[in-house]
Amino acid sequence: MNRRYDFALISSWIPERSRVLDLGCGDGELLAGLAATRNVTGYGIEIDPALVLASVKNGVSVIQDDIESGLETFARDSFDFVILSQTLQAVRNVEGVMREMLRVGREGIVTFPNFGYWRHRLDIFGGHMPVSRTLPHSWYDTPNIHLCTVKDFEDLCRKLGAVILDERVIHEGRQVNFMPNLLGSLGVFRFKEK
Amino acid sequence: MGDTDPRSVGAATAQRAGFLEPLILKAGKTLASYELVYETYGTLNADRSNAVLVCHALSGNHHVAGYYADDPGKIGWWDNMIGPGKPIDTDRFFVIGVNNLGGCHGSTGPSSIDRATGKPYGASFPLVTVEDWVASQARLMDRLGIERLAAAIGGSLGGMQAMQWTLDFPDRIRHAFVIAAASRLSTQNIAFNDVARMAIVSDPDFHGGNFHAHKAIPARGLKLARMLGHITYLSEDLLGEKFGRETKRDEYGYNYDVEFEIESYLRYQGDKFAQVFDANTYLIMTKALDYFDPAKETGGDLARALSAARASFFVCSFRSDWRFPPARSRELVKAMVASGRPVTYAEIDAPHGHDAFLLDNPSYHQIVAAYFDNIATAIGAGPRRTALAIGGAELEEMRGFQGQREGT
Repeated sequence: MNRRYDFALISSWIPERSRVLDLGCGDGELLAGLAATRNVTGYGIEIDPALVLASVKNGVSVIQDDIESGLETFARDSFDFVILSQTLQAVRNVEGVMREMLRVGREGIVTFPNFGYWRHRLDIFGGHMPVSRTLPHSWYDTPNIHLCTVKDFEDLCRKLGAVILDERVIHEGRQVNFMPNLLGSLGVFRFKEK
Repeated sequence: MGDTDPRSVGAATAQRAGFLEPLILKAGKTLASYELVYETYGTLNADRSNAVLVCHALSGNHHVAGYYADDPGKIGWWDNMIGPGKPIDTDRFFVIGVNNLGGCHGSTGPSSIDRATGKPYGASFPLVTVEDWVASQARLMDRLGIERLAAAIGGSLGGMQAMQWTLDFPDRIRHAFVIAAASRLSTQNIAFNDVARMAIVSDPDFHGGNFHAHKAIPARGLKLARMLGHITYLSEDLLGEKFGRETKRDEYGYNYDVEFEIESYLRYQGDKFAQVFDANTYLIMTKALDYFDPAKETGGDLARALSAARASFFVCSFRSDWRFPPARSRELVKAMVASGRPVTYAEIDAPHGHDAFLLDNPSYHQIVAAYFDNIATAIGAGPRRTALAIGGAELEEMRGFQGQREGT
């Protein structure tokens, strides 16, 4: 996985001592990094027991829970940032999770593999489901059920009444400014409730 | 076992501390003086920062780990958790097990002799609460020279004490492990406790709690109470799996003798318990459970009650625990989050029911171990000197229930 590419960008957006909620925090790497470099506090949410354990080993306050069932544990605006890093595409109830992010956080950050990336388009043009560094799984064993393009995500934000504060498309750590929906493999969005 | 097991704390010695300063109890009465019996394992470090207090549940005691030199079969009730190379690593932590006030394993309780009368307290022993236990434990920590605990840990009623520590002594505890617990008992839990108490008090041998004076033991009532409790500590699936509808003989006897294996098992457990446990202690412990409710003073707002706390929390529940189910732990987590406390929450997929907190479950022990490793790092206790070995003492499940039952 190329998580690190979006971690650097996310980190650059987060001021010192922010309160952060990381949905689907995996092994807690992002939060551990933010705690070390930015003194952030907060929690990771993770459903997989092995990753909950890994988060504890990384010194992260992690809560074992399913983000799909809502963020009932958390009050409105109780975090400066709610992050969903490369998890969106595996979420069943995308709209519900997005609404919860808008409720619980002052700002939301979502990163996802851009399905519109030219290699993905080329794969489909060639008659196959895309397999790439951002989408490493074969179609038959992928956890990804809600793939979208950068433009699709813009539409979703509009539908939910979210204001996009920043929108970047990156490829292997570099920002893509020219035809980003075609040339960038990873979408990174920062938004808030209207 | 014993000296040959490098993962055992070895032979344990019970110690005794007497307190002459009166303890004013939550219920208004005063205990003029009292004794606490306790055990310690590991070594208190130079800056006294590595102390871990283990709080016991309903029928537990101070013998948490190791064995007794004169009784090598008497293994501590949480021996699978505590020792060199175990989750609570005694190479790095100084672990204290204490028998609570009102108990029947050596600390002052209803079966102790009241100095004022020269006779057992019996019914005159006052009701003690979780708050009272924590206050008495804090005095024991004073005596041991421990200003601040690295952690307090407990399951069930023990978890409630760990949580109470963070409220009553916020500056004296860094981490609280609240395992298979709740912020207060559910209606159903209180109901179970009341049936258990009724079984005891309606035993003719109970004599209003002064059975010592009548040279009697309300063994039948205590046995029934334990049988009931025992059912609730296990999951339905586990009971079914272990005992099914197995009978002693193939043919039904069409009478009221013991026929089904579950009957035999429960009665055996009940009898064993009734021989060693004090009926008044059972009443006190269940009442302490019923009364526990730190949010009572904040109008039911647990987050506000927790606002005094400065500790970090480790909360853990077991999926098959229907006496203290995961939903109750999630309530705790929600309140801890709302009060801004760091909290880690694990929901363990164990089949055993409430008793799972006492058993040797690898994912449970691994995450407790990982959290304790972080505490060790924070207090400068360094890495493990004995490699972490999880599940080394392969759990033979029946042994687990029979040997470790004392914890709940």
